[in-house]
Amino acid sequence: MVPGMSKVLETSSALEKSAPIIDFNSDALRRHRRFRSVKDRLARWGVAVGGISVIAAILLIFLYLLYEVLPLFKGADIERVATYPVLQVEAGGDTLYMAIEEQSELALRVDSKGNLIFFNAKNGQVKQQLSLPVPTGAVITSLAEADPGTREIVVGFSSGEVIVFKHSYRITYPDDIRQITPHIEYPYGDEPIMLGVSGSPIEQISVRDGDDALVLAGSSQAGIHVTVFNKAIDFLSEEVTLQEEQLQLPGLPGEVKRLLVDPEQRWLFATLSGNRLAVLDLRDRDQPIINSVLAVTSGGAEITDIDFLLGGISLLVGDSDGNIGQWFLLRDDSNNYSLQNVRNFKLGFDAITAIVPEHRRKGFVAADSSGHVGLYHATAHRSLLTESMSSGEIDLMAISPRANALLFANGEGELEFWSMLNEHPEISWSVLWDKVWYENYSEPDYIWQSSASTNDFEPKMSLMPLAFGTLKAAFYAMLLATPLAICGAIYTAYFMAPAMRRKVKPAIELMEALPTVILGFLAGLWLAPLVEDTLPGIFALLILVPFCIVLFGFLWAQLPDKLRLFIPDGWHAALLIPVVLLSGAFALGMSEQMELWFFNGNMRSWLSSELGVSYDQRNALVVGLAMGFAVIPTIFSITEDAIFSVPKHLSYGSLALGATPWQTLTRVVLLTASPGIFSAVMIGMGRAVGETMIVLMATGNTPIMDANIFEGMRTLAANIAVEMPETEVGSSHYRVLFLAAMVLFLFTFVVNTFAEVVRHRLRKKYSSL
Amino acid sequence: MLRESFSSWYKSGSPFVWLNAGAVSISLVMVVGLLLLIGVRGLGHFWPNAIMESEYRVPGQTERLIVGEIVEVEEVSSVRLAEAGMPVVDKEVMQRDLIKIGNRDVSGGDFVWVLDDYLADRRFPQQLMAVERREWGNFYGRLKAVYEEDRLVASGEKAWPVMLNRIERALDIHKEIYDIEKHQIGSINSEIERLRLRERGLQLRGETDPRQYALIAESRKELELTYSTLETQLGNLYVRLNRDRMIGVASDGTEVTMTLGNIVRAYRPNAMSLMDKVGFYGAKIWEFVSDDPREANTEGGIFPAIFGTVMMVILMSIIVTPFGVIAAVYLREYAKQGPVTRAIRIAVNNLAGVPSIVYGVFGLGFFVYFMGSGIDQMFFPEALPAPTLGTPGLLWASITLALLTLPVVIVATEEGLSRIPSSVREGSLALGATKAETLWRVVLPMSSPAMMTGLILAVARAAGEVAPLMLVGVVKLAPSLPLDGNYPYLHLDQKFMHLGFHIFDVGFQSPNVEAARPLVYATALLLVVVIAVLNLSAVYIRNHLREKYKALEV
Repeated sequence: MVPGMSKVLETSSALEKSAPIIDFNSDALRRHRRFRSVKDRLARWGVAVGGISVIAAILLIFLYLLYEVLPLFKGADIERVATYPVLQVEAGGDTLYMAIEEQSELALRVDSKGNLIFFNAKNGQVKQQLSLPVPTGAVITSLAEADPGTREIVVGFSSGEVIVFKHSYRITYPDDIRQITPHIEYPYGDEPIMLGVSGSPIEQISVRDGDDALVLAGSSQAGIHVTVFNKAIDFLSEEVTLQEEQLQLPGLPGEVKRLLVDPEQRWLFATLSGNRLAVLDLRDRDQPIINSVLAVTSGGAEITDIDFLLGGISLLVGDSDGNIGQWFLLRDDSNNYSLQNVRNFKLGFDAITAIVPEHRRKGFVAADSSGHVGLYHATAHRSLLTESMSSGEIDLMAISPRANALLFANGEGELEFWSMLNEHPEISWSVLWDKVWYENYSEPDYIWQSSASTNDFEPKMSLMPLAFGTLKAAFYAMLLATPLAICGAIYTAYFMAPAMRRKVKPAIELMEALPTVILGFLAGLWLAPLVEDTLPGIFALLILVPFCIVLFGFLWAQLPDKLRLFIPDGWHAALLIPVVLLSGAFALGMSEQMELWFFNGNMRSWLSSELGVSYDQRNALVVGLAMGFAVIPTIFSITEDAIFSVPKHLSYGSLALGATPWQTLTRVVLLTASPGIFSAVMIGMGRAVGETMIVLMATGNTPIMDANIFEGMRTLAANIAVEMPETEVGSSHYRVLFLAAMVLFLFTFVVNTFAEVVRHRLRKKYSSL
Repeated sequence: MLRESFSSWYKSGSPFVWLNAGAVSISLVMVVGLLLLIGVRGLGHFWPNAIMESEYRVPGQTERLIVGEIVEVEEVSSVRLAEAGMPVVDKEVMQRDLIKIGNRDVSGGDFVWVLDDYLADRRFPQQLMAVERREWGNFYGRLKAVYEEDRLVASGEKAWPVMLNRIERALDIHKEIYDIEKHQIGSINSEIERLRLRERGLQLRGETDPRQYALIAESRKELELTYSTLETQLGNLYVRLNRDRMIGVASDGTEVTMTLGNIVRAYRPNAMSLMDKVGFYGAKIWEFVSDDPREANTEGGIFPAIFGTVMMVILMSIIVTPFGVIAAVYLREYAKQGPVTRAIRIAVNNLAGVPSIVYGVFGLGFFVYFMGSGIDQMFFPEALPAPTLGTPGLLWASITLALLTLPVVIVATEEGLSRIPSSVREGSLALGATKAETLWRVVLPMSSPAMMTGLILAVARAAGEVAPLMLVGVVKLAPSLPLDGNYPYLHLDQKFMHLGFHIFDVGFQSPNVEAARPLVYATALLLVVVIAVLNLSAVYIRNHLREKYKALEV
């Protein structure tokens, strides 16, 4: 027994004797204990709930992004609302045309006797009946609509006359209840105009109303009649007077089935019997010419319906085999136009009987002779829905302006009213990531152009240019950052004196904390003009500085030992600071001279004239420099950690075996630390990809796909920052921006997780070494 | 003869070591150079530069007199100048000066580039004055006379002290006007708006009691009465403010009449002593941090931006600290350690690497449009269709940034918790303390420096973050501060100004970038200093903490 121990025991037993007996089971203490354990349990639950909910909140980010993005890829939904028989009116005729007004409340039916019947779209009850001024004894023989959405219609009579009218709706709110009152307007007078030959029925008609002229094209037994009514607006009274001009068309090789005039009033398309389409160029009003006559269906199928897509550039040609082809005129380099098949859709195997374009999007609805209906989007090349809706042929169909309702006559002489839900037909996987052939473009291409001033503009939302820009910016940034950061980290971790390391590390970490908005501002307003002015200097800098460093090192080795050993090992970096400064200043200072010697005094113009490389002031080089600066500290600190924590006995062993420090570094240390360096680069790239402010400020933000270092780019992140505040909530554009955010999220998350796992493995390896 | 041959030197690997060392040097040069650049440009702006007067004689053009401050100097090759159609002298490189000539109302532009070689007969006469105005930027020229209404008060050299006195007086009146316009009328407006909302609320609830409406109408009447008295008061003040005028002569001889009420400051830099200049410098810096911006943010101060940033950061800290700490405590102390916690830990870690703009998008979609509109429907139906919280604002910006900085706090706190030796915990438990008591009395106090570090890093990150804020609440110019004397005092629904966004906006969206640039440098400097101080203190606390636990472990 240790001496003294007995003494301790004695005192404790003495205490025991004198101490009062504590009853640990008194009521108060028991209550207290219970209270404490309740508190403990409460804390446990509180912390668990709090902790889990915080983690859930983080998960929520991803789920919410997904929730906003998913509707983009959903197909359309369609549902029958009502079926009702066509209410016959007194002195009625066959239905020629149907339309639905904006609110999908009223629908219009035009019959061959000139009756305009406005009825409740949901139950078929007639709301109002109006009639057109039909010339005595005549019936309507043809009808055409100018453009969906203009509500302007032309009808041709059996007397050879035509009339243009417009159906309009006035909305009033008596007693806070919406009331829609339909009426008709006659923009060119309520007197029918003679288009063809008197007494010869107008079999086909087409109208195109522009700011300067109204073009009417009709066909009768006597041939095709095209009349241009040039508008002359009186200055004072603002009254429009029409000047009639009849065009003399060349003869067409076949019987004309349908006529269509394009919105520019330059092209007349005429389908001929069989499967041919004639394209007439009306630009020279005195001498219209035939541009081409070509077969627009394959396999000898007949053209069964044809209509313009919204905007009047593309033609949709439906044939008897159930195919729908999209065609538009393409201009070649010598300004010649030719009709080109762009893409095809297939509904079924029966003849297409009706094609109805949407009023505000490049979508359309098609129906065939066996009652199938298909919803399509032309540009997205997307078939959103095909459904058999009727047992018989559907040849009359109307779509509401908001594309949320469909009205058609089924095979049993009834009208059917369906509601549609089709929010984002224009987005598909191929629109986002593949080349798309847009109207007015000579070939398929990747284009991001989300908004424009005109109404019938089609947003072009290919994420490719943005993804390309993102990777381009990240690439040039990594090009600068990776070597600098890794080399710097190697030196700091392996060669540098500890005293210096303690100062260098915080300095580099401070670099990480610098707000990127400051870097971006400097890049855009200070660096970009500097780079532009001293372009040769910048490139000289890249070569001269490393060269001077090596040269200085070599000269240093030549110094006598006394002087050389004066500076202890591991302080080389401090010695090099003046070298870097001087050589850098020299390179930039020589810039003007070099421009004079090699580039005729102006490198920018030399680049464009000699190499054909265009130069933007805010370009990828500037972004690379600025973003490289932002990424260096990230890569640096992780690499430095990885190298520094390589167990020392490994390098000592190598050095003891006679390897030089450099050999030890390359063959032992770097090899061991390489997974850590790899993960550092990955994390750095994640940062470069997601960086917003620098790219936003240091590039011109033009979404182009060009790897040229002297041109700008637009990245996904910058694009979100630019466009998000202006987009309409819930629109396709809004959701595509969410998709862009999700792409960024997933990319960085996957890259970082991968890097993190690699690092984790490395740490485990070290601990086992 | 070389002491060491190149090949043996090369074989030893030294060139690569030197290159590695060079990488460190380059990085250091870049960091320090950048800070210096911001510092010099940011601080230099407030110094009163001498006003130069000189004849600008370009061969083949009419000679003209240039009066202004030289702001920037650069070298341009003569070839480029010749390409641009400028006559050049027989030198390869010519110096080009950017001169701030002010007088935007006379000459149309604030700045002019001139070739240094053609500036002849430079002089710095003491009478040249610079006048900072509330409109049209600076005026440079000579003082001719001071008028009170239409009566000549002083002219020539005697006019200068008279004018300074009268500017002083006008500034006092201006302060009064500012107080009435900003505070008194502002509070009346907010009262009237509240009354309107209350009335609308009554209507929405179907309240029919006419007394309620009468009460509202009465208070409104009262407010309108006060308003009209204030308005007459304001009218009188404006008459007094615009009493005095002065006439200045610009470099081209144009006489410019300026109302003294429109002048912020007039000074003669060429006549200033060094002490005067230092005093002026201090006054300018004070103006910069304490005043409202003028002239589309290109002049004046940035106080609202500082205030907005601070408010946002404080709110964010209040939100992020408890959640971050609870999550860290859960992960480290309560959750069962295993693959799931490890996965969560990696996920949390990675969130720090998710681009900030993604948080902005999430904040806009989820907080603003989803939650904000929901709250509006429920709690603020009387303001609809104008959104209250369903629009970007201070609250949502703070929450978004709290989410963004959550990983920072969690990681730092967890690190702190893991550094606490288990012996300490076990000791506490062995003494009979419950887990909660151990946590509350022992573990958390010991790890508080780590939490502090996390919070500081979070604040530093939040203060510099701009991209998400652009979506969830900053504006270029906020009409009022988010904290003021009007009910409910703290306006969480308001949009606010932010230093980082101010830099972006003034630097890139301003109509007069040249004039605004020095101010942007100054703003950047302020932001860098704040963030550097925060970061260095975090580093200090971290190191201090390490020392402390090292001592514990022994």
